[in-house]
Amino acid sequence: MVRQAHHDHPEHVEGPPPPQPSPIKGEGAFWHQGVLVMSEIFVLTEHRQGKIRDISYEMLGLGEKIATQQGAALTAVLLGKSVNSFTEDLATRAPKVLVVEDDQLENFNSLCYQKVLSTLISKYQPFLTLIGHTAFGMDLAPSLSVEMDLPMVTDCIGLSLEGNRLKGIRSIYGGKVNANISLKESKGYIATIRPGVSAPKMPGDKKGGIILEPSPLKEVADAKTFLKYIEAPITGEDITQAEILIAVGQGIGGPEHIPMIEEVAKNLGGVIACSRPVVDRNWLPKERQVGISGKTVKPKVYIAVGISGAFQHVTAMQGSETIIAINKDPRAPIFGVADYGIVDDFQNIMPILKEKTKK
Amino acid sequence: MNIMVCVKRIPKTAEADIFIEKDGKDIKKDNLVFHLNDWDSYAVREAVLLKEKHGGTVTVLSIGPEDSKEVLTRCLAMGADKALRIEEPSAQDGHLTAKILAQALRDQSFDLILTGVQAEDDGCGQVGVSLAQLLGLPHAAIVNQIEITGDRVLVKRELEGGIEESVELKLPAVFTVQTGINEPKYVSLAAILEAEEKEMEEVPLEKMGLTPNEPTEVTVEQVFFPPVGKMAEILKGNPDEVVGKLTEILKKKKG
Repeated sequence: MVRQAHHDHPEHVEGPPPPQPSPIKGEGAFWHQGVLVMSEIFVLTEHRQGKIRDISYEMLGLGEKIATQQGAALTAVLLGKSVNSFTEDLATRAPKVLVVEDDQLENFNSLCYQKVLSTLISKYQPFLTLIGHTAFGMDLAPSLSVEMDLPMVTDCIGLSLEGNRLKGIRSIYGGKVNANISLKESKGYIATIRPGVSAPKMPGDKKGGIILEPSPLKEVADAKTFLKYIEAPITGEDITQAEILIAVGQGIGGPEHIPMIEEVAKNLGGVIACSRPVVDRNWLPKERQVGISGKTVKPKVYIAVGISGAFQHVTAMQGSETIIAINKDPRAPIFGVADYGIVDDFQNIMPILKEKTKK
Repeated sequence: MNIMVCVKRIPKTAEADIFIEKDGKDIKKDNLVFHLNDWDSYAVREAVLLKEKHGGTVTVLSIGPEDSKEVLTRCLAMGADKALRIEEPSAQDGHLTAKILAQALRDQSFDLILTGVQAEDDGCGQVGVSLAQLLGLPHAAIVNQIEITGDRVLVKRELEGGIEESVELKLPAVFTVQTGINEPKYVSLAAILEAEEKEMEEVPLEKMGLTPNEPTEVTVEQVFFPPVGKMAEILKGNPDEVVGKLTEILKKKKG
């Protein structure tokens, strides 16, 4: 049984002192019954518009796995304004919840978050801080890593400790290959975690301890101010409500093919959707985009036409009941997600499908 | 409005056959075509659009060997005024890249630094925001709109789920630019030929007080092909037969 390291309670430090204190251990590491124990893993809770985001639970799941292996403590870090309900929720999933409340923490502002986190990291010296590889984390983790001089690995799909070194698995070259990454020795690390790859931590019966820390924010941050959220109004069809979606990607070559594909969708009683490059090129409006930065969909049938199957797209459509992919590249990753595949140019297939489905 | 844009030359891997190097530490690149990182391309275009609106100059920077010149030339053809290449042959990590860029930018005069959200090759998404911290500047990542009024700038950041947030910052600042922020402009061969005449400065690392083998935070130990999951059942036959099978499936699954 391993106890939690706690700076405020040095009496928790037990066992023999290290024969040769290793320079790579942070102050948070301590000896317990002859075993060197890594102190603590921080998981930064991500929340937006009154809701804890799934990535937070996924990181608690991943953090718990590493904490168990290392005999470390797992701490959910929660920054916000009046976050009582969040605290209660997190306490059912983590043994410890560290809370800082401040008006300036209501919405995400990297400047304020960084100030609070650097204070907490300095005080508790966690050996690992997990942050989501999300719009929120990407705006925060790199500058925090530089400020605290903690090596960082981003967008991890896997994470482990080998000895004292942090190792990550990343997906690179647009998902074509994975890479095993090794970080340099350090007293602490930061890792950002790809959403959707770790199983979420479910609520348990035990209730974790809640620790309130004072906010270190003194003056109002005026170098960067959060103003508001902007939600694009849905002007056409709501693709999240459709039972049948035909989604087009960059592989259709140009917007001139969209009317034909739209007709097939109509014949099938469905709606046209698309992947990100199609929106970037203005072939279809943003409200049609399926992906992390667009909509998540779960129709009965999803037909992907000329979509290669990048992670950002796949993660938002893999919950569809039946997935059919049409792509001329037999190596396109979309075939690894689809139930049925057609390896051919969509121009050979879609016109025939249009005729066959005509009412 | 003097704008610095940090860009990277990367191999195109989307539709290419990928092989792994003998030492297992990277993919083979000799069969690949290189180009300007897509995100950086939007950043350069955005800088040029801001220059057209507010005046000033656009300077592009890249770290890399001689070959990187071609992407800098492309940036000049897109409307950048000056280019700076930092000679650094070895592979680096995001942190070192940011450190080198910070060193190069420290003595320059600028109002805004732009770079892409991430590079198509390593996808770290870390350099711009690290650079901001090293220079002590405010930043915003994943920006898809920039509006400048005096020394304040209003940006929109792309969040998940089709939502954006608007954020106000003080200049100078660093933004990482998301694809789709503007409409790319066709770059003609004539513009590229003309760009070859434009100013391109080249600085060896040593001149900036750095050595070519600066330590990195992360090291790639091994690259490997991702495990293959279940594969789709491929519908075979001529297009008519395939569509026939497809409509059968659709009838069943539509319910």
